Amino acid sequence: MALTAGFFYLFAVLAVVAAVMVIVAKNPVHAVLYLILAFFNAAGLFVLLGAEFLAMILIIVYVGAVAVLFLFVVMMLDVDFAELKAGFIKNAPVGLLVGGIVLAELVLLFIGRGFGIGTAHAPGAAAAAGVSNTQALGLVLYTRYVYYFEVAGLILLVAMIGAIVLTLSHKPGVRRQSIAAQVARTPATGVEIVSVPVGGAIFPADGQG
Amino acid sequence: MIYSAIVFLPGLAGLFVGLFGRALGARPSEIITTGALIISCILSWIVFWRVGFGHETAHVAIERWITSGELDISWAFRIDTLTAVMFVVVTTVSALVHVYSIGYMHEDPSRPRFFAYLSGFTFSMLMLVTADNLVQMFFGWEGVGLFSYLLIGFWYDRPAANAAAIKAFVVNRVGDFGFALGIFGIFAVFRTVGLQQVFDAAPSVAGQTFLFLGHEVDILTTLCLLLFMGAMGKSAQFLLHTWLPDAMEGPTPVSALIHAATMVTAGVFMVARLSPLYELAPIALQFVTLIGAVTAFFAATVGLVQNDIKRVIAYSTCSQLGYMFVACGVGAYGAGIFHLFTHAFFKALLFLGAGSVIHAMHHEQDMRKMGGLAPRLRFTWTMMLIGTLSLTGFGIPHIAGFAGFYSKDTIIEASYAAATPHQYAFWVLVIAAFMTAFYSWRLMFLTFHGRTRADMQTYEHAHESPPVMLVPLAILAFGAVAAGAATPFFVGSAEADFWGKALFEGADNHILHAMHEVPDWVSWAPTVAMAVGTLLAVIYYILVPALPAFTARVFRPLYLFLLNKWYFDELYDAIFVKPTFWLGNFLWKVGDIAIINGIIDGTAAGVYRVTARAVRLQTGYIYHYAFAMLVGLALLISYFMFMGGGR
Amino acid sequence: MTIGIGHYLTVAACLFTLGMLGIFLNRKNVIIILMSIELMLLAVNINFVAFSYYLGDIVGQVFTLFNLTVAAAEAAIGLAIVVVYYRNRGSIAVDDVNMMKG
Repeated sequence: MALTAGFFYLFAVLAVVAAVMVIVAKNPVHAVLYLILAFFNAAGLFVLLGAEFLAMILIIVYVGAVAVLFLFVVMMLDVDFAELKAGFIKNAPVGLLVGGIVLAELVLLFIGRGFGIGTAHAPGAAAAAGVSNTQALGLVLYTRYVYYFEVAGLILLVAMIGAIVLTLSHKPGVRRQSIAAQVARTPATGVEIVSVPVGGAIFPADGQG
Repeated sequence: MIYSAIVFLPGLAGLFVGLFGRALGARPSEIITTGALIISCILSWIVFWRVGFGHETAHVAIERWITSGELDISWAFRIDTLTAVMFVVVTTVSALVHVYSIGYMHEDPSRPRFFAYLSGFTFSMLMLVTADNLVQMFFGWEGVGLFSYLLIGFWYDRPAANAAAIKAFVVNRVGDFGFALGIFGIFAVFRTVGLQQVFDAAPSVAGQTFLFLGHEVDILTTLCLLLFMGAMGKSAQFLLHTWLPDAMEGPTPVSALIHAATMVTAGVFMVARLSPLYELAPIALQFVTLIGAVTAFFAATVGLVQNDIKRVIAYSTCSQLGYMFVACGVGAYGAGIFHLFTHAFFKALLFLGAGSVIHAMHHEQDMRKMGGLAPRLRFTWTMMLIGTLSLTGFGIPHIAGFAGFYSKDTIIEASYAAATPHQYAFWVLVIAAFMTAFYSWRLMFLTFHGRTRADMQTYEHAHESPPVMLVPLAILAFGAVAAGAATPFFVGSAEADFWGKALFEGADNHILHAMHEVPDWVSWAPTVAMAVGTLLAVIYYILVPALPAFTARVFRPLYLFLLNKWYFDELYDAIFVKPTFWLGNFLWKVGDIAIINGIIDGTAAGVYRVTARAVRLQTGYIYHYAFAMLVGLALLISYFMFMGGGR
Repeated sequence: MTIGIGHYLTVAACLFTLGMLGIFLNRKNVIIILMSIELMLLAVNINFVAFSYYLGDIVGQVFTLFNLTVAAAEAAIGLAIVVVYYRNRGSIAVDDVNMMKG
């Protein structure tokens, strides 16, 4: 169908161009934005392939979480991007050459051989059953691949803990509450009786108070 | 039983004192070892009587040693007359030397070690003479070599003593190499090393040859020559003699025991013991005679001009050993052993007497610093006089004489009767007798007569040794005089009865018979030679004292040639020692340090160099690594695409 | 023309190559490296979904889901590391990240 082909080419070209801009952009914020564009176009390709659930997940997770995270970090770090691209031109030729070779070979493989699949779209169990992409995934995910699903959850848990552990730092001199210490206070440690000389004053010892 | 006692008592005493000497102390060590030796000596004389005159030969098996395939060796004693004679010689001289050493080594701090070594040596020598097979003989052979090394280098803090000990061991080793080859050869030919078996099988091997470098060489001759090489080393014969004079670095009792009476005679003993083999190898016997004669002459010439009292006696020993080998070489084994027997007495006497003189002169050994000692050392002088008379062969033919007279003249008569080409052996021995008399009396006159050349203090302090040193001298003197009485048994009318089967005579060996039928002038020749030598010595050292220096000046090159022992030490140094050291240095500096260490260090350095370069791949930059991965990926894809790795 | 699997695979190949180039052509910003990794993962995802579509097997999409999970986790951790690194070293220039040099 021409429409499908047209959209395909639209999304494909935009994705590739966006990827190129990610690498080439001077400003890292621009690079992140181009990455978001690449994600959007990839989501479009997914929709064309009938995986609308995955496309939406791509946008929600990748764009909504990961790319935003990238943005946060890029904006948090004080990077001087004036001198950023200094070494780029020097190393470009060799890298481009090798990359070009790899790309050429891959394309040769895919176009030339095609893996004997051709252009036919195999219906697949999901289409035959008439269920939506979401339902199809759900049918498989929580039955045959439930263990991998659990493991994926574990991975996310570990990543969360890891991120906190890595970046958590107690700055010295910053006061914070320790609820446990407060609750565990006893009169012996909490109150100190001092006899005050008449007309005199009490000064707290250093570090206290 | 008694044989085991004779052999093992000194061994056990030596071992015990060697291990516990320091705890025991000096006096108990001396008593244990000397006591063991004296018991052994008494038993030896009893055995001598029984075996020599009672004909009680024996074969005593002790223990199995090696049983490996065809090789079957046991520790066993072979007791016959020859063994009995050697028993007596070894134990008597050893016991007397032990007693003498109690006095001589009186101030030495390491006395237990000394006595342990002396007893150990005696044990090895006894094992040698009682050996029933060649390997056991070799055990004793090596044992005496070892103890000789230990005793020569007894004062090990003296570099000269250490060097002399090593020299003795190394030169002996050259001879032992020949001996070992001989033993291997005997085993290869006879498939056994037991003496009796070899003797029984010898006649069947006589005359057989083997192919060597394209020539047919007689087997028995080769074997006998190889074995004789061992004898040459052990008995300090010409070419392998260089160690004997230097061995005088050891204490004097050691020189008396080892280098006069026992170890150096092991070679003569071996030739006599293996007489069944040698009688079947005439060429080897001729070689023995030749070497013996040359040694007798050579050593006598060097002894003429030496200044150290012990060295003169050492060269005299060397010369007399040559006499013994001449006797064996012409087939008169009995005469050779007889001279061994008498020589043990008078040579040990001379050495111990010299020791007494050295002891009196506070360890001064240079005769040029002695003189005029007769009035102060009367007893020693008398003893040495007896020894000298015996050594020079003082006596009147057919009437009477000292022991040395009988044995030496017998040998000279035998050498005449053997009819060596142009009678070279006979004339050489006669000339050697002349020189023997000269240097022996030179020693006596320089040491004891004339005006003293020692400094006054040493001379005034010179006094006789204690009785513990003089009694052995007296006993040996008695032997030096009276041993001549044994002549009929060793070489005379009763010799066949006395020796029994101990010494073998080949079918053509009539030497003992011919010996008694030599012309009269031959019997008188050695006496005449001795008289001329004595007269010349009197002229040179008593009547015209300026003559020696004058002669030395006129014949300076000859004098230096003799004084430097025919430059043999220098010759060997140039031929063997220096090249060996050069080779050692070369292998050390170039072979070991440069090449082997170089290879190892070079490999290590090479590894380091390679890694230093390889490490540059690890730049630490992640994009380099990623690039490397990409390149690898590209290569892999290309490979699989174009090599058809997959469809 | 009909879009066949080859087209999708080509797109994925391009994105993948661009991701790789991004890693080693970039010398001055570590975050660009992380973004390039995301690009590569995206390319792989496109591959999976394309195959799932053309082979009719839902497993490809399941795997893509998991891939997504891992990519998100990895991006989070990677950025956390970059933040800490910046905190300690004060710079995120790739050229300065060479402590593993050996």
